[in-house]
Amino acid sequence: MSGFGGFLVRRGIGTVITLLAISVIVYVVFYATPGNVAQITCGPRCSPEQVHQVAQQLRLDDPLYVRYWHFLEGLVAGQDYSTGTSVEHCPAPCLGLSYQTDRQVMDIILTKLPVSLSLVLGAMVLWLVLGVGTGVLSAWRRGRFTERLLTALTLAGWATPVFVIGLVLMIVVCGELQLLPFPQYVKLTDDPEQWAWNLLLPWLSLALIEAAAFARLTRASMLETLAEDHIRTFRAYGVAERAIVGRHALRGALAPVIALNANNVGSAIGGAVLTETLFGLPGIGQELVHAVNVVDLPVVVGMVLVIGFFVVLANAVADVLYAVADRRVVLT
Amino acid sequence: MSGGTDVSGGTDVSLVQVTDLSVEFGDLRAVDCLSFGLARGAALALVGESGSGKSTVASALLGLHRGTGARVGGSIEVAGADVQRASDDELRRLRGAKAAMVFQDPLSSLDPYYAIGDQIAEVYRVHTRVSRRAARARAVDVLDRVGIPDAVRRSRSRPHEFSGGMRQRALIAMALACEPDLLIADEPTTALDVTVQAQILDLLHTLREETGMGLLLVTHDVGVAAESVDEVLVMRHGRRVEHGPVADVLSAPAQTYTRELLAAVPRVDARRGASVTGGDDAGVAGEEGAGVAAGAVSAVSAVSAVSAAEVGAGGPDGRPEVTGDVVLEATGLRREFGRGKRAFAAVDGVSLAIRRGETLGVVGESGSGKTTLGRMLVGLLEPTAGEVRYDGHARVGVHPAVQMVFQDPVSSLNPRRSVGESIADPLRARGERDEKRIRGRVTELLERVGLEGAHYDRYPHEFSGGQRQRVGIARALAADPRVIVCDEPVSALDVTTQAQVVALLGELQRELGLALVFVAHDLAVVRQVSDRVAVMRRGRIVESGPADEVYDNPQDPYTKQLLAAVPSLDPQVAARRRVARRELAVA
Repeated sequence: MSGFGGFLVRRGIGTVITLLAISVIVYVVFYATPGNVAQITCGPRCSPEQVHQVAQQLRLDDPLYVRYWHFLEGLVAGQDYSTGTSVEHCPAPCLGLSYQTDRQVMDIILTKLPVSLSLVLGAMVLWLVLGVGTGVLSAWRRGRFTERLLTALTLAGWATPVFVIGLVLMIVVCGELQLLPFPQYVKLTDDPEQWAWNLLLPWLSLALIEAAAFARLTRASMLETLAEDHIRTFRAYGVAERAIVGRHALRGALAPVIALNANNVGSAIGGAVLTETLFGLPGIGQELVHAVNVVDLPVVVGMVLVIGFFVVLANAVADVLYAVADRRVVLT
Repeated sequence: MSGGTDVSGGTDVSLVQVTDLSVEFGDLRAVDCLSFGLARGAALALVGESGSGKSTVASALLGLHRGTGARVGGSIEVAGADVQRASDDELRRLRGAKAAMVFQDPLSSLDPYYAIGDQIAEVYRVHTRVSRRAARARAVDVLDRVGIPDAVRRSRSRPHEFSGGMRQRALIAMALACEPDLLIADEPTTALDVTVQAQILDLLHTLREETGMGLLLVTHDVGVAAESVDEVLVMRHGRRVEHGPVADVLSAPAQTYTRELLAAVPRVDARRGASVTGGDDAGVAGEEGAGVAAGAVSAVSAVSAVSAAEVGAGGPDGRPEVTGDVVLEATGLRREFGRGKRAFAAVDGVSLAIRRGETLGVVGESGSGKTTLGRMLVGLLEPTAGEVRYDGHARVGVHPAVQMVFQDPVSSLNPRRSVGESIADPLRARGERDEKRIRGRVTELLERVGLEGAHYDRYPHEFSGGQRQRVGIARALAADPRVIVCDEPVSALDVTTQAQVVALLGELQRELGLALVFVAHDLAVVRQVSDRVAVMRRGRIVESGPADEVYDNPQDPYTKQLLAAVPSLDPQVAARRRVARRELAVA
């Protein structure tokens, strides 16, 4: 198999294997976790009988492989769950029910994911524009005042924790200046304008920190490309510096930026906990932290799989972008 | 304008006038009070070894040092522009339009992300106010002119889709786009195979005949200069050593350094050891093996006299006669790379034998499989088929008695370990644990290869290229080998250093009775060191036999083509060969 179709098939198979491996690891880790899961799930006031009942209902006493097999069955064929009074059907691909709320994990994901995607994809646009722009500018103005200023700013941005930037932004923009209301998540489908205004500050605070990393990387990569022989060729042929930097050097410098971006987008979908918490955004990251705290295994597995899926997806997109940018790259 | 052989006639219309040029990088004075001129349509070669400042001069002509921190003194006038005083904009108008530059490595000198035609069009549009479409048409035009077949289609290819020679043609096409008065070529053929080099030099010659542009050729290769220019300026340490018409400088050099430089150049048409005249008064070699003055070369020649007597001729199919003391033998060696449809055989059925004390030269162009063959002989690569026998026994993997000297003395030594440690590696690998004895043996080896025992604790960057290659040789010797495979051992070195390293290998061979396999692309060097020669092409040996037989009376058409492509030191011979090459190409 060859060409783009072959690439998609190979990547698809690779993704499935990766996700299965992730789920196995999560199961094993949770199995090895000390503490009585049934007790935690039932709550501190449960009697031993109630705890025992919960353990049976959640099949906590089954061996690891039986529970994992059960999970795979649900994924492929769906699953019926008795919630004490009624029987609930969970269609394939079923990730199970939350130990805590009995909600289907797939439902939880589908409500949390749009929030996380809104936050991360919006912030991505900002951090790419800010970061790559700053990086190109400081490579071009190397050794001058502009570069020193930009370097100082990016290092400061990098070193500042997201909740500090976010808090300061909120206090100044929403509190002192009252330019924006305090952020509150509005669905894109409900009101696109309010969606954007409310997400502006979260985007900014997440992007400023990421942008610093991108600025450093772009600068280093640009300087490397600017030292290459083909840049010398265009200088020796009288091509203006602006065209050399913008056309020839930038394109060559983009490969590592694409790679870093893929990583950061993938991991920010589940990892932007601080930003989500600070601005009260009910995203994947917050939910995951909560689920880990209460040992809600089905939710944790579901969330981790979603995050894993996006990391793999982001990297596949990055590979396609490489091949588009550089014809020497062959997709495999 | 006619080809540019008139040097004196055009001095009033000077194209380049450099006066008291000096270039300093920090404390380093790369060019020191250099003056020269170039008339319109004339051709001048700057010849020198690495570090002589020749490339720096070329860059200075286009003002490329501006903004790099280098201090440039003196005056530079190119095509009527004062490069030193010109504004940035004036300089840009000079670059590419009036004086265009062709660089050494055509792959890295082109932008990998854009189509060749687009790159040429971009440069063309910088200097002319024409539409994109017209610029694109111009690009196709010049690509066609430099002999790129199917130029319309190929102009859409990216550099990596071109062969080395085609890339250099494309770069020359870029230079031609704006019809410059001056072409500056900085080692334009150094990265190319000898047959491709001949094509590119012929192309430059033809273009100069047609357009009448001036040529400033920067090269380390005296032969390349002899082929291409009217005048030669020999440089050393940033200064002028000698300047004059090419025939005069090469046939009757006035300066000692020029004589040494010429003497160190290995001659492809001189028999090994046939003609050694010592002393400074040695003239330049004529066509038929005249005086080669290098003591270095004579040392090698003496070496092989020992073994030459007992060396039998190779069989017609590359299978040597197995008589006498065969140390290393390969039969039916084949090595494939890649799998499935992409599989190709880098080495495809090679058989050879090396006897004690003899040197087998393996010569071929890039991609001929010579390095793969060398690695299989040492055991660094397992053959896909066939076997290597050492001392009559089939061998798998590496054997301490068969060692290797690598091409690049920079990358083949670990920069973070002292050279002594590197040389001691084979000893430790053999199980030697006594530090005192290791140090003693390494010191001995260092002295043996002409370095000092005290160099043990120094690091590779503290040594010159030639010294590093000596370290590489010492490391190969540490395991008391009987066979050393040298993969392009001198191709990264200047000619004078090259001669010294070759001489050292010869000395060692004589003393230790080593068998040498000398893998190289340089036909002249191979002739000067080898008893027998095998010519490789596409993974096979196309011709083999005693060196003189192969060189003086080549049978295979490919061998003939190779030999015809070697630049000659005599401009007249070079001109004759150019005609011969055209006939070969037509035939």
